[in-house]
Amino acid sequence: MDISNYIYLSAILFTIGAIGVVVRRNAIVVFMCIELMLNAANLAFVTFSRIHGNLTGQVMSFFTMVVAACEVVVGLAIIVTIYRSRRSASVDDASLLKR
Amino acid sequence: MTTSTNLVYLIALPLFSSGLLLLLGRKADKWGHIFATLVSGSVFIIGILEFFAMQGREGEARAATQKLFEWISVGSFQVDAALLLDQLSICFVLLISGVGTLIHIYSIAYMSHDRDRRRFFAYLNLFIAAMLLLVLGDSYLNLYVGWEGVGLASYLLIGFWNQKPAYATAAKKAFVANRVGDVGLSLAIMIAFTQFGTVTFAGVKEGASGASAGALTAIGAMLLLAAAGKSAQFPLQSWLGDAMAGPTPVSALIHAATMVTAGVYLITRSNFIFDASPTAQLMVVVVGAITLLFGALIGTAKDDIKKALAASTMSQIGYMILATGLGPVGYAFAIMHLITHGFFKAGMFLGAGSVMHGMNDEVNMRRYGGLRKMMPITAATFGLGYLAILGVPPFAGFYSKDKIIETAFDSGGVQGVLLGSITLLGAGITAFYMTRVMVLTFAGTKRWDENAHPHESPFLMWAPMAVLAVGSVASGFLLNSGSALVNWLEPVVNENHEHHAGHLLPPIVVSIMALTVVAIGVAIAVLKYRTVPAVAPEDVLGITKAARKDLYQDSFNEAVFMRPGQKLTAGLVNTDYKVIDGLVRLVGWIVQISASSLRNIQNGFVRSYALIMVLGVLALVAAVWMVTL
Repeated sequence: MDISNYIYLSAILFTIGAIGVVVRRNAIVVFMCIELMLNAANLAFVTFSRIHGNLTGQVMSFFTMVVAACEVVVGLAIIVTIYRSRRSASVDDASLLKR
Repeated sequence: MTTSTNLVYLIALPLFSSGLLLLLGRKADKWGHIFATLVSGSVFIIGILEFFAMQGREGEARAATQKLFEWISVGSFQVDAALLLDQLSICFVLLISGVGTLIHIYSIAYMSHDRDRRRFFAYLNLFIAAMLLLVLGDSYLNLYVGWEGVGLASYLLIGFWNQKPAYATAAKKAFVANRVGDVGLSLAIMIAFTQFGTVTFAGVKEGASGASAGALTAIGAMLLLAAAGKSAQFPLQSWLGDAMAGPTPVSALIHAATMVTAGVYLITRSNFIFDASPTAQLMVVVVGAITLLFGALIGTAKDDIKKALAASTMSQIGYMILATGLGPVGYAFAIMHLITHGFFKAGMFLGAGSVMHGMNDEVNMRRYGGLRKMMPITAATFGLGYLAILGVPPFAGFYSKDKIIETAFDSGGVQGVLLGSITLLGAGITAFYMTRVMVLTFAGTKRWDENAHPHESPFLMWAPMAVLAVGSVASGFLLNSGSALVNWLEPVVNENHEHHAGHLLPPIVVSIMALTVVAIGVAIAVLKYRTVPAVAPEDVLGITKAARKDLYQDSFNEAVFMRPGQKLTAGLVNTDYKVIDGLVRLVGWIVQISASSLRNIQNGFVRSYALIMVLGVLALVAAVWMVTL
């Protein structure tokens, strides 16, 4: 199988994630879409690692995973707090600016 | 040159007194007038002492200087505040402080019913200080300070009764007309500085000999403009008639005897400029000749006694200006006429004030008549002044005015004949209008109201009038005997006696011609005013109508300068509002509109921020892609 297909898959996943972040209102779903984007990037790292025949990409993907894990911890905590104070998980409701 | 330490007191004393009376306010009401009069008197005494001290010195040492302090020191522009008392200045110092003191004394009685008498005396002292600074300054810039000071004092005193709007307007008019002249003086100073690098009289005199004709003519023309403004000469004369709104002692002191002669002083002081520039001299002569006839004509038609005298002042100063334009011979005669005029015109103004004082401030001469019986002293002193201004020998005006007429004839060629004829004609018209004033006021039958009770003025008022009347009789003879004044002024005006060579007409012929013309003028006036209607007749010659309206000078100024000026300012205001402010508002409006549209980007929606980020990244990638391809 041609190795470039992994890159295409990664691009498709990233695009789906990005569209999800922009169009969905539910904070949890937006969060999941961000995870999707991160993992699409991971897939691209690993693929490039394979193409270049070294481990740099793989190391980077580990970093990404660690950062993603931290981000989940912090992000979920924020979302839960917002939900508690506003009784809503919609990102649109979380605006304090005047309109 | 002698250095003196006393000159500063001449200015400091009245200045201090003026400030004191103004600052103390009503606390000084009880003694302010006495104090101011004493100060003025002591200035006169200092002046006399200086005069005798000066006579004790000889030649170059006669002029005294005093450096007060270094005033301006910027690069090559060095001006000291310094005073110079020379043969010319001392004439003015004595005239100003002498006549000034008499008028202070007169004002004590004249203003006794005015609750602001103290303020009046403060202004009078301010005027004395400024006028003395004007004649004592040793540079054009020091003179300029005094020049502005007398303008201010004149403004304050014309508008002394500024509760009447017309009087306040008259003060403003005088101030504005004077400002036009002041611009001339400041321009003259600037040109002099660029040409000679100094503004002292001595420095400019030194530089004038090597300067270009164009520069000298420019300075001369600007000085003439300044003189025209201050001395009410054509074309800036229109303010003097309205200046009669001030209390009569002011008219006598400032608008007859002293301030209005500042222009004559300026030109005489700048003799080195005018002697070097025939063009400027010609302009001076023309202005003097025009004003001399102009003022005389206006004088024939005025029914207001003070305005008739004001027109006469204008005309007499025209004589002086004309004399200053006749070169080195003329200066001394101009100053002589200035001094004799100071006596007789101040005396007549005080006489007019005395008449008004007895007539409930009535100024219309058609409401007077037959006052010689009620006011014998006023009539006598006024009459002596009248004989002096007519130039009847041996009164003062005979010596000074005949000299000017003589010099005008002697100035040579067509110009001489023309100027001589104009001065002769002026003398005739002067005789006519002064006789008219005399007849309307003191002769004939009474035309006043039942409720007017004319009475002679108190001693404090008639005593100064009597002193001035003595001056009107004797000053001409004294100044002329042995050419006293001419010789005295010689070092200042560089008289070199060359011009005395040829007389066009012998002096005796000139005198006879002048007396004949004067007699004709008197005769016409006496015949014409045997009966006087109490209301001015309407069916008069066109020239009389014009003269009643000051020969349309006001209308001319209004149509040519004032209305277009108003339009210009209105246009400028409009431009300011519409164009300048419009541009500023446009900028503000653009900022406002763009800000409110840009504000919409910050809407608080996380998703739209994300979208913008995505689009931004896409744009970046696209840009990098385009470049690398």
